[in-house]
Amino acid sequence: MRQSSITDIISPIMAGPSSSHTAGAVRLGLLAGNVYNAKPEKVIFKLYNSYALTGKGHGTDKGLLAGVLGFAVDDERIKNVFDTPEAKKIKYEFNFLEDFNRHPNAVDFHFEGDLNMTVSGNSIGAGEIIIDKINNFSVNLDGKYNSLILVYHDEPGVISKVTGMIQLDKVNIASMNCDRSGKGKEASMCICLDGEVSKSCLEALNSLEHLYIVRYIKKLEI
Amino acid sequence: MEKITTFRQLYYACKENKKSIYETALDNEALNGENSEYTVRLQAKKSLDAMKEAIKSGLVSTEPSFSGISGDECYKLQTSKAESILGKTAQKIMIYALATSEQNLRMGRIVACPTAGSCGIVPSVLIAYAEDYGIKEDGQINALITAGETGRIISNKMPLSGAVGGCQAECGAASAMAAAALTQMRGGDVKQIINSAALALKNVLGLTCDPVCGLVEIPCIKRNPFMALHALTASELAMAGIISKIPADEVVDAMEQTGKLMSPLLKESSQGGLAKTKTAMALEKNILK
Ligand code: SF4
Repeated sequence: MRQSSITDIISPIMAGPSSSHTAGAVRLGLLAGNVYNAKPEKVIFKLYNSYALTGKGHGTDKGLLAGVLGFAVDDERIKNVFDTPEAKKIKYEFNFLEDFNRHPNAVDFHFEGDLNMTVSGNSIGAGEIIIDKINNFSVNLDGKYNSLILVYHDEPGVISKVTGMIQLDKVNIASMNCDRSGKGKEASMCICLDGEVSKSCLEALNSLEHLYIVRYIKKLEI
Repeated sequence: MEKITTFRQLYYACKENKKSIYETALDNEALNGENSEYTVRLQAKKSLDAMKEAIKSGLVSTEPSFSGISGDECYKLQTSKAESILGKTAQKIMIYALATSEQNLRMGRIVACPTAGSCGIVPSVLIAYAEDYGIKEDGQINALITAGETGRIISNKMPLSGAVGGCQAECGAASAMAAAALTQMRGGDVKQIINSAALALKNVLGLTCDPVCGLVEIPCIKRNPFMALHALTASELAMAGIISKIPADEVVDAMEQTGKLMSPLLKESSQGGLAKTKTAMALEKNILK
């Protein structure tokens, strides 16, 4: 088991009332928003199981929206997020569902706008979260690492090109998750990093052939 | 120095280096360059400030929680007509604990210490005592670090979460943390501090987590003042030189085992206990629509 630190025990400072249903929801929203990385016109939130059932009493819906809008976990505006000018600028909708094949605290974000994207994740306890799906690709984002998400046309050699570029920055790869919809079709890479990649590395990645989406997602502050 | 994972190691490290628990804890955090003293003290100061803010806001609010079932209890206690049989500080502790917990249920800003549901226990004991007995900010930070170290050692054995260990692992752990902080501020020695934590923990073994409607509300809010005063008893006994016959680490072992033996129905799933009472079921129908 991971050794905790004193700072974990006497924090986080957060808007109540529940670390999994409120703080976790904000963090999921923040991370999903970073994955989408644009101003959505509309967001459809699908909350499952315990998130759907006790979510309202814990402000899970508010937390998810606040996160997407970029509010921090301890932002006191979360409580009245529906009335904030930020929230009034986008359309949103909440669906409360039951699906016992999903995690007890699962959520899907459907972003609509210039780009449509679905991001799914779970709140796994004590404010810890995991984003496990982007569109149909499985990923593994927990907000604790700077991460690269790449969606590309499945071609031989793309993975080694990408890791080669990261290597030039002397950044260690903590974990890597690859998935594809089929041979020669769309594929994805989720790379968690121990350090930070440079701007030039990101530019080089962006200019690679066969890449549709490149996202550099910074780890969450809290 | 090896990383400290048990109360026994903590005790011997303090004794060997003639240091207090918070000093040893800070050295321990800084091992392998992980968390510098500065980082830990800064977080403690930030958390302490946020705790004080939460109390201040909670004291003057009667805004209901989302569910509408609570929100005015801190006010009621502050304006109680009954003559209190508790001293001034103990009364203040109960009020601060309710103030913080109710703030939590209003989506106010609180410190999860160690969790959101148990957020009123450590701050109420620490801050009310510090106010009434003139403990300066530095002393409060040292006490919060002592509490944090107590929680950290417990959490090495089991996660501080109701879903894993029941409420003994949330409010119970918070009470042990508060007892350690208080005993530290009262000038207790290392042995007394560890004993106060052990005594507090020993007396909450088996405490279930059965929140009504799945909300961190019933019994959580009122459990905070109860568990805060529980920490006073532990500190009072320990300061008198009374020791826990079962050493602290073994109490933690017992707590871990008890958590495992506890039915999942009583661990945050709201499938048993208070959550399945007639009144709770009726509330569920009304609230979770
Ligand atoms: S009863 Fe459960 S939800 Fe409430 S404070 Fe205790 S552990 Fe947390």
